[in-house]
Amino acid sequence: MIPELGYAATVVALLLAVWGSAAAGVAARGGSAAVLASAERAAVGMWLLLSCCIGLLVYAFLTFDFSVRYVAFNTNRGTPFYYRITALWGALEGSIVLWAWMLGLYTLVAVGRYRRRHREFYPWVLCVLLAIAAFFLLVMSFPAPPFQRLSPVPPDGRGLNPLLEDSGMITHPVALYLGFTGFTVPFAFAMAALATGRTGDEWIVITRRWTITAWYFLSLGLLIGGWWSYHVLGWGGYWAWDPVENAAFMPWLTGTALLHSVMVQERRRMLRVWNLALIILTFSLTLFGTFLTRSGIIGSVHAFSQGSIGVFFLAFLALVLVVSLGLLAARMDRLRSAGEVDSLVSRESAFLLNNVFLVAAAFTVFFGTVFPLLSEAVTGAKVSVGAPFFNLVNLPLFLGLIFLMGIGPLIAWRRASAANLRRNFLVPVAIGVAAAAAVRALGIGQLLVVLCLGLVAFVSAAIALDFVRAARARRRAGAGWLASTAGLLRRQNRRYGGLVVHLGILVIALGVAGSQTWSVQTETTLSRGQSVQLAGYQVRFDGLSAAEESNHFRVTGAFSVSDRRAPLGVLAPAKKFYPQEQTPIAYVDYRLGLIEDLYVVLGDFARDGSSATIKVQVNRMVSWLWIGGLILTLGTVLSLLPDRRSPV
Amino acid sequence: MRRILRWLIPAAALPVLVLLAYGFRTDPRAIPSPLLGKPAAAFTLATFEGARVSLEAVRGQIAVVNFWASWCDPACYDEAPALERAWRRYRDAGVAFIGVNIQDKEEPARKFLARFNHTFPNAPDRDGRVMVDYGVYGVPETFFIDRAGRVRAKRVGTVTDEILQQEIERLLAESKP
Repeated sequence: MIPELGYAATVVALLLAVWGSAAAGVAARGGSAAVLASAERAAVGMWLLLSCCIGLLVYAFLTFDFSVRYVAFNTNRGTPFYYRITALWGALEGSIVLWAWMLGLYTLVAVGRYRRRHREFYPWVLCVLLAIAAFFLLVMSFPAPPFQRLSPVPPDGRGLNPLLEDSGMITHPVALYLGFTGFTVPFAFAMAALATGRTGDEWIVITRRWTITAWYFLSLGLLIGGWWSYHVLGWGGYWAWDPVENAAFMPWLTGTALLHSVMVQERRRMLRVWNLALIILTFSLTLFGTFLTRSGIIGSVHAFSQGSIGVFFLAFLALVLVVSLGLLAARMDRLRSAGEVDSLVSRESAFLLNNVFLVAAAFTVFFGTVFPLLSEAVTGAKVSVGAPFFNLVNLPLFLGLIFLMGIGPLIAWRRASAANLRRNFLVPVAIGVAAAAAVRALGIGQLLVVLCLGLVAFVSAAIALDFVRAARARRRAGAGWLASTAGLLRRQNRRYGGLVVHLGILVIALGVAGSQTWSVQTETTLSRGQSVQLAGYQVRFDGLSAAEESNHFRVTGAFSVSDRRAPLGVLAPAKKFYPQEQTPIAYVDYRLGLIEDLYVVLGDFARDGSSATIKVQVNRMVSWLWIGGLILTLGTVLSLLPDRRSPV
Repeated sequence: MRRILRWLIPAAALPVLVLLAYGFRTDPRAIPSPLLGKPAAAFTLATFEGARVSLEAVRGQIAVVNFWASWCDPACYDEAPALERAWRRYRDAGVAFIGVNIQDKEEPARKFLARFNHTFPNAPDRDGRVMVDYGVYGVPETFFIDRAGRVRAKRVGTVTDEILQQEIERLLAESKP
């Protein structure tokens, strides 16, 4: 029953999306208000039907309805309750449903917000959004149907990929998809701007919040993905430059570039073509990411299902690129910049440089990701591009970006005077150099770490100096410290929200630098009662125990941990054996700390429990990544607060 | 001129799209083994019946080494009858078959063998050493070893009658010792 209902809902939703998009297009070209109203009703209907699809799938998961192929392949009777709900996005078909549903939701928000405002853009925006939703519904109808019937109905399902039974998997895909779909709205506005010829700054002002929100969710998705990788996969890392990670990182890079370059357009009426190109690029990269992860053209540790879906995505990507870039080319005459860079020493040139670095990073990541394909096409040789390449080419770019984080927000627009430079940068540069020298003197040899820490000190000092000065100015006007600080954050929330985000990025940068430089690990086989020492920790193997869980068999090791002063307790890393998996899944145990994490992974073991192989890692400063993520969240919230500044 | 040049913007996307389309023609899982052409690693294992089986003992013959597991459903189940058929067909032509059971439990592995009535030697690789030597990263994988003891071909995934016949005939056609 559920397969038929779900399939019917999908097809009707597809028809509504196609109709709505066409009607909105007609309305945009001078059609009547009734046609536009019909498109709006289609959008509402489409979203309701998509909600039905989600409801039906969740119901099928909760009731173990294995007549639905997707349910049978992604749960079994042992799957715990929560993961039966999140199994919804545990594989391709359900992810597409979630994606389409979010897009439908965003479309409704856009209808609600812009129906009475921005009337010139609105019909086009609706047309584009519904067209994109129609594509996802098309995918749901043909190459990746979530409601495919399975016959005969199996007595039990195959079970969810055990790696996905983790709290990170509840939030990581949702955040990532909110980010991916979030960029659709600014893209739709950009298309509307090109279609109407109103290619001024309106679309940028309207979509500022959308872009920031999408960017934030994408950042969050990446960080949660890193956390998931760190505490589930058991290799002690959070980023591996895997094609699938790169796929989400590339739109993040171009989206970050966009967030900065729109400020130049708002302020100086420059970079119009560039900004349109950036949003087209960012949106295309979100599609490209899905294409890459789902088409199976590039090998990846993220073993996703494959099928004809790749062809659909590639065709749609081609359509999006041809139409959007074609529109851009056709409107080129209207897109002349009104201003130009007056001086190399100015905020606009700092922003330009920031964009060059970010786009260069996106390009190198893209190049490294598709290089195996390129190599096979040209020379026939299979190669793989690993972390060393990505690290090498991106490191200078990222260090440059950190440096610009200190310069950009403080340097004057147009042309910075010597006085402006002295006032804003003399002290921070001195602090940065002093910090680098101090690190060097402490004997932390590596040049790159010294450079990174010096840069971080410089940027932090620049931000702090700016903030203290502004707060002091307000205090002179009569407010207390607390009131003036809060008032400053509130009144200039865009500026200080951005700076707080910068602080978050700095903390993350420190985490990356620290964990790459100072982490240590060892791997050894211990007999019962034996210990291993690492970086001041002592880990003793006390024995093994086995237990049958609802959907797997688990062997848990007991390891007493102590440091130089006192015992710290028992860590219990495990190996989980799932009947549907070929290899056991590691369950990592760890003690998280601000400075360092103790991280223990159970390897092979003797069946009688007499010995076990373990990997012990002391990972330094990894927690800073997650703390940085929290700071990033605060900054984003601050910058999204309603504008309180009096209109100029 | 400018009017024409501007159309280069959308045109720039074309090469990328073509490259991605080319990706459909490739198979990222078809990874050539670095072992091809190299001497096959020697191993000696005890079969489920308790006999000794080793690559050394069949030197001079063509050897087909198949890695499998009882939980490898359906791929290993699909290929098992084909393996037995090929073994019966070629055993007298100087072709040895060795099944290596990896990452498995004893009981289901025995059940698997009983189900397919395998008559060629099958041995569990208890410490996983053979599996590591051959760089096996999933089951099933099948290695074809020539009379000189060199790995000549590797197949990832289910082998069929056609594949077995093709690989074995190719090695048989080479000059007899």
